[in-house]
Amino acid sequence: MSASVLYDVPGPKARRRNRVYGVISTLALLGLIAFVIYRLDDTGQFQAGLWDDYQYANTQDRILEGLLTTLKTFALAAVLSLALGAVLAAGRLSDHRWVRWPTAVLVEFFRAMPLLIMIFLLYYAYFDTEPMWALVIGLTLYNGSVQSEIFRAGINAVPKGQSEAAYAIGMRKTQVMTRVLIPQAVRSMLPSIISQLVVTLKDTSLGFIILYEELLYVGKAFAERTPPENGVYAFIPMVIVFGSIYILLCLALSSLATWIERSTKRSRKGAPTAAPAGAATVMADPSHSADGGSRDGDARGGGPKAD
Amino acid sequence: MNVLTDNFAAFRDGFLKTVELTAYSSLLALVLGILIAGFRVSPVPALRVFGTVWVTLLRNTPLVLLFLIVTLGLPALGLKGWDSFWLAVMALGCYTSAFICEAIRSGINTVPVGQAEAARSIGMTFTQTLSQIVLPQAARTAIPPVGSLIIALTKNSAIASGFDVMELGALQTQLNADAGYDILVIFLWIAVCYLIITLTLSGLFRLLENRLAVAR
Repeated sequence: MSASVLYDVPGPKARRRNRVYGVISTLALLGLIAFVIYRLDDTGQFQAGLWDDYQYANTQDRILEGLLTTLKTFALAAVLSLALGAVLAAGRLSDHRWVRWPTAVLVEFFRAMPLLIMIFLLYYAYFDTEPMWALVIGLTLYNGSVQSEIFRAGINAVPKGQSEAAYAIGMRKTQVMTRVLIPQAVRSMLPSIISQLVVTLKDTSLGFIILYEELLYVGKAFAERTPPENGVYAFIPMVIVFGSIYILLCLALSSLATWIERSTKRSRKGAPTAAPAGAATVMADPSHSADGGSRDGDARGGGPKAD
Repeated sequence: MNVLTDNFAAFRDGFLKTVELTAYSSLLALVLGILIAGFRVSPVPALRVFGTVWVTLLRNTPLVLLFLIVTLGLPALGLKGWDSFWLAVMALGCYTSAFICEAIRSGINTVPVGQAEAARSIGMTFTQTLSQIVLPQAARTAIPPVGSLIIALTKNSAIASGFDVMELGALQTQLNADAGYDILVIFLWIAVCYLIITLTLSGLFRLLENRLAVAR
């Protein structure tokens, strides 16, 4: 089984050529990394004095506190946005036009607004003493709207025969939704829901801009407090330490999404629904098949999203 | 007092700055995204690894953190002299490039396998197959997701206001600080500005999609 149909299985000459390209590109990348490390060292970012602080229990407690604040904000925003998403999705799937239309307008508006602009509004107008709520409510409104679209797409993707059969045996609207549609939809939605949660987690860092004491802000306050060593401030150590924490958190959450996606795909009987027309595609990598599930590609499965 | 007429010049400048920021960053994101997508499907393992690492890291980095890395990191590397606007373009462009790479890769994925096979059988090399056969067809399916990514980029560009770029987000904070205007009204006008940009973009992408649509 060849890895890709984009190129032939390399023969001896192509293998040699690929090896040369490989060596050149590896050297170029290593050179780049070496350059970065050299420059950082050269400008004195690795002086012991700038890193000493991270050994103290006091500092570690502060970092932990920032981490907990971030996680708390994330947890609140996640729970609230899922709840709001459920309500809005129910509204958009309603049979009554007077419920459906206002919800649609609401969802479209919040999805179209830059999150930071909404957080600024909430912060300056209502929560200037409590930036946490500005952040949580902003995140909830935005991510709730996105989640509601994911829910809606998931429920609409359940084959029509399911709800028809449920109505035929005399179930009521609520029963059809809770007993038949949601249990089946959740399975296909889960990766998208979790990727959106990764977005929520990433966006908690917007608190930094409204001076909310989350992880990144603690880091900055910290770097400003550390006395400069030979005229070099402790910003780079801060970025390295706090950046790694953030990236590890997000990576953990998004690998959970990928894992769930893989395991549901494996357990599903019959053809995977996401397979594009013709099934055979250019890349023989089934874990990345295009997902045509929802409108404007918003509910791509798997990895994290841009907004 | 009317917020818009009193501060028309400021609104115009902020609006243009946001448009400019979006335009340059999308250009960077598209170029980088296509390049990295090429890396990720290439026969050279080192490039594939680089592409995977690039995408995984950038997709899991909060944009604010990336802004911090760029604004604090580049001067530390001795690359001084960039102004805040170009630093913001770099952060936004690199961040979005990871997502665009994935959109293009799943576009490549929808091109029927016979296309690449036919290209190979008439002796095309990998670069030729990719650039002349597969990518042009992949572009069609990739356009709607790339469109929503560019719209997301427009919205994300508001973060640049926290890093000294005088665009719409910064205008909002500045006007909010000027007491005397209703904060909600300021928000509404800023919202209208963003809506103008995003609706234009989605219209443009729909046009492009219809233009390039081909019955398969």
